[in-house]
Amino acid sequence: MSVFKTRLDNGLTVLLKEVHTAPVASFWIWYRVGSGREHLGITGISHWVEHMLFKGTPRWPKGTADKAISREGGMWNGATWYDFTTYYATLPADKIELELSIEADRMTGALFEPEEVESERTVIISERQGAENDPLFLLGEEVMAASFRVHPYGHETLGHMCDLEGMTREDLYSYYRSYYVPNNAVAVAVGDFRSEEMLERIREHFGSIPPRELPRTHRPAEPPQHGERRVVLEGEGYTAYLTLVFHAPPATDPDFYPLVVLDSVLTGASGMTIFGGGGTNKSSRLYRALVDTELAAQVSGSLIPTVDPFVYSLTATVRAGRTPQEVEERLWVELERAMAEPITEEELGKAIKQAKAQFAYSSESVTGQAFWLGWSEVFADYLWFEQYLDRLGAVTLEEVRRVAEKYLRRSNATVGWYVPNEQ
Amino acid sequence: MSIPGPEDIVRRELPNGIVVLVRENHASPSVVVSGYLQVGSYDEADEQAGLASFVASALSRGTARRSFDQIYEEVESVGASFGVSAGIHHTSFGAKSLAEDLPLIMDVLADVLRNPVFPPQEVEKLRGEILTDLEERAHDTRRMAALVFRELAYPKGHPYSRSSAGYIETVSRISRDDLVSFYQNSYGPQGMVVAIVGAVTAEEAVAQVEAVFGDWKGAVPTRASLPPAPRPQEIVHKFVPIAGKTQADIVLGYPGPARTDPAFLDAMVCNTILGVFGMMGRLGDRVRDEQGLAYYSYSRIEGGPGPGPWTAIAGVNPTNVEKALESIRAEIRRISQEPVGLDELADTQAFLVGSLPIRLETNEGVARAILEMELYDLGLDYLQRYEGLIREITPERVLAAARAWLDPDAYALAIAGPPTGNE
Repeated sequence: MSVFKTRLDNGLTVLLKEVHTAPVASFWIWYRVGSGREHLGITGISHWVEHMLFKGTPRWPKGTADKAISREGGMWNGATWYDFTTYYATLPADKIELELSIEADRMTGALFEPEEVESERTVIISERQGAENDPLFLLGEEVMAASFRVHPYGHETLGHMCDLEGMTREDLYSYYRSYYVPNNAVAVAVGDFRSEEMLERIREHFGSIPPRELPRTHRPAEPPQHGERRVVLEGEGYTAYLTLVFHAPPATDPDFYPLVVLDSVLTGASGMTIFGGGGTNKSSRLYRALVDTELAAQVSGSLIPTVDPFVYSLTATVRAGRTPQEVEERLWVELERAMAEPITEEELGKAIKQAKAQFAYSSESVTGQAFWLGWSEVFADYLWFEQYLDRLGAVTLEEVRRVAEKYLRRSNATVGWYVPNEQ
Repeated sequence: MSIPGPEDIVRRELPNGIVVLVRENHASPSVVVSGYLQVGSYDEADEQAGLASFVASALSRGTARRSFDQIYEEVESVGASFGVSAGIHHTSFGAKSLAEDLPLIMDVLADVLRNPVFPPQEVEKLRGEILTDLEERAHDTRRMAALVFRELAYPKGHPYSRSSAGYIETVSRISRDDLVSFYQNSYGPQGMVVAIVGAVTAEEAVAQVEAVFGDWKGAVPTRASLPPAPRPQEIVHKFVPIAGKTQADIVLGYPGPARTDPAFLDAMVCNTILGVFGMMGRLGDRVRDEQGLAYYSYSRIEGGPGPGPWTAIAGVNPTNVEKALESIRAEIRRISQEPVGLDELADTQAFLVGSLPIRLETNEGVARAILEMELYDLGLDYLQRYEGLIREITPERVLAAARAWLDPDAYALAIAGPPTGNE
């Protein structure tokens, strides 16, 4: 079935796709707001607002909505990232209206009770402290801060600790009321329903929510980087890590597709399910160069589609007895090779076949399909996802070399080492 | 599609003892292969902890027909993935590919399970990767708390008391000869189960298993029965200090019921109420929601062929450990002293029954369910009987299960986090 797209009078974008293979349906509401809009002082606010939407409305007091969903056998959650905040539930198809009513209700009705805000402050601080236990989180935070000195993509979605300690209930509530409006949202339903009926239901629940003018936001442009940046982080543990990030184009840039192919050749296929996946990468160039040679224990790459220019990142776990410097030197040899000579026809064919397989896997669940439709609508347009395989199929060998040369330059890199204090 | 049952699950036993289970699903062009062999860390001695896991990882490092590089080149080139890993009782394997590539995947799978050659250089490479991972583990609060919990909850020498991944000292000492002889003594078709789910006909799937595994011969050794795992008679606890961390991880629990225990479902319902339902059950309500102490707080029941752990888990700020423990103990006390409310039980029953279609939406989900039916001899009609089995559970049965396995005054407790100065 194809995707049906429309927009309600209040500006709510609606995407519907019928899938009748299992008696289930997934409903998502996406807000075009995330940590990529935050400024110093309120970093982490998008994520905290997401938490507060689970703390009750007059109609669904705290603890009642999650239990109602569970009672029907559903799973639900929320997520916040650079470009979006999203809420979803997947339910038996005949119960999906429950999620529509919950989402319509909390688009405007979340209470943000002061004592709940305070209780959630410590939960979020705990979430951040848990993340800080992981050296890779700490290194990633430092490297991104060095890579972006202007754009808010440079701070973690969790936010800075000082902002988590300092933000007020008023900060949170006004942010919520500013961005949680139908004209800033995308509703997605995928599953076992009839589109006309689903559209009618969505209209019933969301149609009467008035639109509002969005705050005039200025999206800062990251100035070009001229020269390599380096970060060395010392910390506990026995294990060293290496991360390199390169400024990269946004999802809608034509260069994005050859970069997807390049990433696939360097570090293997990326999973297209919500929770990662993608299998092994033991035949990729960087695995052969770093892990097969016993310099690293693992290596991975990440290219994320975003609204504004983001980064392409490479991360390696340094093998016991080796140093980040040794891994980095060998890594540059491979990157320079990718810049100097085109990849082979076989490598290109493999990257495309891998993408085709990952695409098929991601379409197995209605949750996965709804996730991709919504996310791609947020950073581009749902057609981005629909045309993904065709676009990859059109990539040429020379384009891959050209984007390697353009983005993998040393002067575009921020290099981070995590150096453990125990041997 | 209906709930999988005897009408649409094909079950065949091959003459060499392999059981093949197939369920067709032509909704997406992919296929999942999943199964297990009767070998695991159960079959290794304490001083060789990690041996079964090392062997499982080493299988794909080279066979009589393919080098390590060839194996992964073939698999990854078609966007497929596969892996073999050892648990306590079993060694599991899994693969996923486009349906058109199933013959290739089956061929590779059979090759690594039947013809591994353990190339010396690859063994050393792999050892270095395992040791790097074990060094990372030593600085990971979640993994260390889980590891130490096992040492406390099970008697010394019990297969459940040690880590399947092994320890730095044991993995360092395992020789290539140890790998070869463990493989030769313990791997064979007897008791092997293969489930195939996806876009392939049952006839074709069975034929493919026969083609690559049909002539595999050999018996696997019989095992000594599991030593008893009595409930702790007092509080046994251990704190693992890890410098430089910001969060402490808590695991508090008991040896739990085996999956085959007649009261397993009673215990599972009890666990769902305690630490799963909604936003992580009563533990989530109290520790996360009301007290704001933790980002995660939940409980988990493992089941499995023997008395696997039944645990409560939380990650909290080091200064809140005592408060969180008090709450966890209070909830365990309540659930093992007072019958659960009828409404609460009905909600949980509705959740367990209602979530079945979502759990069975993907090929992986169906394969998991089919393997569980086979492994625990539940019958191919188990999923169809499931609703009745869950609905007949009463508050009295839940209480009896709590009393049989939980005790707020005698438990094993492991905490890993930053040094407090008191230890």
